[in-house]
Formats: sequence, C-alpha cells, structure tokens
Amino acid sequence: MAKIRRNEKREMPALNTSSLPDIIFMLLFFFMSVTSMKEVTYKVQFKNPQATELTKLEKKSLVRYIYVGTPTAEFRKQYGAETRIQLDDAFAETKEIGEYIVNERSSMKESDQGLMTVSIKADKETRMGIIADIKQELRRAYALKISYAATQRTSY
Amino acid sequence: MAKKIPQINASSMADISFLLLIFFLVTTSMDVNQGLARRLPAPIPPDQKIEDKDINKRNLLVVKINSANQLMVQGQLMDVKQLRERAKEFIKNESNADYYPKVFEEDFGAPFGVVKYTKDHVISVQNDVDTQYQAYLDVQNELVAAYNELREECAQKYFHKAYNELEEDQQKQIQKIYPQKISEAEPKNYGN
Repeated sequence: MAKIRRNEKREMPALNTSSLPDIIFMLLFFFMSVTSMKEVTYKVQFKNPQATELTKLEKKSLVRYIYVGTPTAEFRKQYGAETRIQLDDAFAETKEIGEYIVNERSSMKESDQGLMTVSIKADKETRMGIIADIKQELRRAYALKISYAATQRTSY
Repeated sequence: MAKKIPQINASSMADISFLLLIFFLVTTSMDVNQGLARRLPAPIPPDQKIEDKDINKRNLLVVKINSANQLMVQGQLMDVKQLRERAKEFIKNESNADYYPKVFEEDFGAPFGVVKYTKDHVISVQNDVDTQYQAYLDVQNELVAAYNELREECAQKYFHKAYNELEEDQQKQIQKIYPQKISEAEPKNYGN
C-alpha cells in the first residue's frame, strides 16, 4: 500500500562544490597566459592604429616603450590637451628620449644591448611631426630597431 | 581503529582563487604587444658631408602623403588599397618596362638559378608634418605587405613552403632577391 508522506521535510542535498576551485584556477591560468601586465600607468591616452603586417614583440625585457598621446583627463589642466610624450611614468620632452634610451641600454646585459627594440605606442590621430622628431632622436641614440605598435585590422 | 582525520574545509578555496582571478583581471591588459617592425637608418656622422646619392629616376617610386592624408604615387593620386599592387609591380618589373627599375640577372645558386631582380629600386616615402599617424602607418603597412607577398611567392616557387617555415639562410637568400628598400625623408610642410 502506498504510503502517504506528509510531514516529512525533503532536504535538498548539499551541492558538491569541491571542484569549483579547480575551475576558477583554470580560468585564472588562462587569463595569466593570454594577458600581459601593464607596463606603466598611462598618463596619456591613445588608441592604437590598425595594420595587417604585424609581428609580435618577443622578449619583453628587450623592449622599451614610448607613449604618445593627449594627456588623460586628470592631467589635462596641468599639461593642456596637446600631444605629449610619456617615458616610463612621467611626461617627457623629445630631447629627453636620447638620454632615456642610453640609460636603459646601459642597464641591459651587454649581449642584449644590440637587440633592444623601441616600441612606439602612439595614438592614431597623432600628427607625423612629433613622430618624426622621435624617430630622429632614436636614430641619434642608435636605437634603430623600432616597432610601431598597432592592432590587427579586421576590415577596411 | 585508525583515527579518522577530519576533512579540511575547502569551501573558502573557491573564494581565494576568485580573488586571485579578479586581481589578475584588473592588473593585466588583454592587448598583445604587436606592431609593425621597422628599421631606422643609422645616423649620419656630423663631420660627414651629405652626398646627394644619384638615383636613377626609373629606380625611384615616390610616395607622398599630404596633410589631408591623400596619397600621391609618382605624381598620381591613388587610394591606399591600390598601393600594394603598384609597389609589387614596381619591385618586380616583370615586363621589363623602361619606366620601372632596371632588371638585373644574377645567379643565386641552387635552387634559384638565374633570377631577374631589381636590386637598385628605392621606395621613397615622404609625408607632411600634419599627416595623421594612421595614414602614415597604412602606407608603411601596404609597402611591407608588398614585400612580404613577393617573398611569400618566391618561397612557394622555389621551396614549395611558406616563407616563415623556411630555414634562416633560405630566408636570407630570398631577402637578397627582394631587399626591403623603403627610404623615408624627413617630413616637410607641403602646405595644402
């Protein structure tokens, strides 16, 4: 005979969450491998231009960055809205680039010094005048390997 | 009876790993560091006189970009999308036209044999002070693409392989046939 249960409370079994940490760790490792640490805090804002013939910058220790763009909102009062250059964590003038490159190069291993690459991260709206100045300055400092940072173009 | 070891409570493990995950999400940026690799010419020593290199007119492809980002190739207005084909035509000069660079024949050894190539061609890019960076990079990109495509064709023809799968000295041989010669003048104010 069928038994009618009435007052028996049915308890939901506890959900087994022991594999949750594993899943999260997997996510964590995924993100750790596909992303890269921010090199500096940006004081200028820039949108990368687009291109198709891109090569990856391989050894991070050999790459130095020059940022070119307009100052971010918090610095606009102080520095205006003109295009500025950022080296490491500070605004810089064009003529400081040479010294910066020489200093950075001398801090590298001697075998690596010839392999230094300078990546120019400039906003796509930047006028070429300032870029040309930077290039001249890099030539003078014998930093001849350069890379114009860009993102992959998906369509015209 | 063996003493039962009490189970460690691992429920906070998920929280800890979540915390780590969020930390990495915040501090890292998704963009991979890639870019258009170029090589600058070595500086001219101050005591050296600037010699006007006599380049034959037919060996020169002049690409100018003005302040309105318009492109002019050999005096003709052109769209950036056509530049790649134009550059390839110029570099190869298959028709042996007298307005394209002089064609030389040289024996490069196996597996190339005698190859016709234009060793003296120069592509000169001139831009205005007010040219936009994106427009400049578009032009550079198309020119580099033209060279890359030619090298790829060459690799397929002689080695039946993709260019970047070749050995280093094989790549160097191909680079000799298609040397990248992009010269850049300092920007001038062309007005407009």
